[in-house]
Amino acid sequence: MAWWAVLRRDLLLSVRRLGELGNPVVFFAAVVSLFPLALGADAALLRSVGPGIVWVGALLATLLSLEGLFRADFEDGSLEQLLLSPHPASVLVSAKILAHWLVTGVPLLLITPLLGVLLNLSPLAQGVLFGGLLLGTPTLSLLGSVAVALTLGLPRGGLLISVLLLPLFAPVLVFGAGAVGSALLEMPVLPYFYMLGAELALAVTVVPLATAAALRASLGS
Amino acid sequence: MNALTEFFAMGGYAPYVWGSYALALIIFIYNAWVPLRRHARLRSAIRADGRRDSAAVAAPTHRIHDENSP
Amino acid sequence: MIAFFSRWASLPAFYRRSGRWIPWLWAAAAGLLVVGTVGGLVLAPVDYQQGEAYRILFVHVPSAWMAMFVYMFMAGASASAFIWHVKLAEILARVSAPLGAAFTALALATGSLWGARMWNTWWVWDARLTSVLLLFFLYLGFMALQAAIEDRRRAARAGAVLALVGVVNIPIIHYSVEWWNTLHQGATVSKFDNPSMTWDMLWPLLTMALGFMVYFAAAVLVRARSEILERERHRRWVIDEVAR
Repeated sequence: MAWWAVLRRDLLLSVRRLGELGNPVVFFAAVVSLFPLALGADAALLRSVGPGIVWVGALLATLLSLEGLFRADFEDGSLEQLLLSPHPASVLVSAKILAHWLVTGVPLLLITPLLGVLLNLSPLAQGVLFGGLLLGTPTLSLLGSVAVALTLGLPRGGLLISVLLLPLFAPVLVFGAGAVGSALLEMPVLPYFYMLGAELALAVTVVPLATAAALRASLGS
Repeated sequence: MNALTEFFAMGGYAPYVWGSYALALIIFIYNAWVPLRRHARLRSAIRADGRRDSAAVAAPTHRIHDENSP
Repeated sequence: MIAFFSRWASLPAFYRRSGRWIPWLWAAAAGLLVVGTVGGLVLAPVDYQQGEAYRILFVHVPSAWMAMFVYMFMAGASASAFIWHVKLAEILARVSAPLGAAFTALALATGSLWGARMWNTWWVWDARLTSVLLLFFLYLGFMALQAAIEDRRRAARAGAVLALVGVVNIPIIHYSVEWWNTLHQGATVSKFDNPSMTWDMLWPLLTMALGFMVYFAAAVLVRARSEILERERHRRWVIDEVAR
């Protein structure tokens, strides 16, 4: 199936460039470790602002990793082939987005527990943080793909992507970081997860269509 | 006279109230004046272009680059 | 019906027709705004809770309404540009963004001035101010995208996708900010809108709002006319039109 082929191809390509694969994770860890240097090493303070720091770090790391989502395919022309293929472009695009999440979102998730230890997070906060990121980072990758598609081939596209995306990322940040805050106050967490899940479901259904349309607009076909 | 000064004082909130209205006025005038000037300049630029084109009998090279031509 | 629309949306016809409307719109906007200002500053009674400072709301509330309305207008124009390839809609979406951003900035600045008196601080992370701030960033993103893409057709199509994604997100953003606000602040911050607004306060507000709307119509038409001239500047009809 074409969807599988696109997914497999993208995963293979990124595994062959392992060095690049690690960059978002290193960035994520570095950003998060800058905060104690700026705010001071007070354990209680870090415990309360830690979840927010991790969320902002994950958001920024996703932003920076997005630029490469379509770039190589755009430069060698395979993106145009993808749009011209008989399969619906939105479906193929969704495979590319999933591949992006698997190679950037999942590593970010895997390193989160370690960063949580650095920030003195309690096991409960760690768990809720992980769950929120699990539901939230795919949404970030999805929303991000629209902005990347819109800015394809533009000079200084990276900065533009951030400007376009930061307001769109706000709800994910609110619900994701809010879940941990709620857990720390011993209040229910599930409503936040429902909201994150709802946004993910909405993004999964709508975003591939928008990204395909944006790619068509950018490639002028 | 007293009523007038009282009106301008706005119950002690003068800088805030008058500041808001002044800001609105500036934004409104700016957003009207700049596009109007741009429109007038564009018109005169196009008019000058047209005169130059008709003065020179040369082929209208512009039209080849017209992005809107079907 | 499609024939009607395509005739109405034809750029030369629109250019000529809007040229006749604009003076009237400017006059109507100026009249409404003057009446609304006099009503708001002089005729409306003092609010017994907020004192004279509440008169800022006659500017703040209409600009906040316009900030939302212009985005909806932009999204509507974008949708019709996207679906029916109406050039006029592309132009209207593009030129309304700076105006929407201006209204949003005015709403933020006046909200801040109001807050400086009522809350004794220039900025409060109040639900409404925060979502207006995010709306401002959405406008700036749209404008940055338009500025970055040189080809007008591509810019229009890209802008349409972005505006539509944005319009789906606005309710989510608004809702999430409100949720966030109740978690972090509780209901301590008083709302902008006065629940018991009497008629002598309401009519200046509505007059101002109408004035803002008519002003927007006039300003957007002027900008659209420039945009049309620029896009079509080598067309015969533009040269003829300008020469008259």
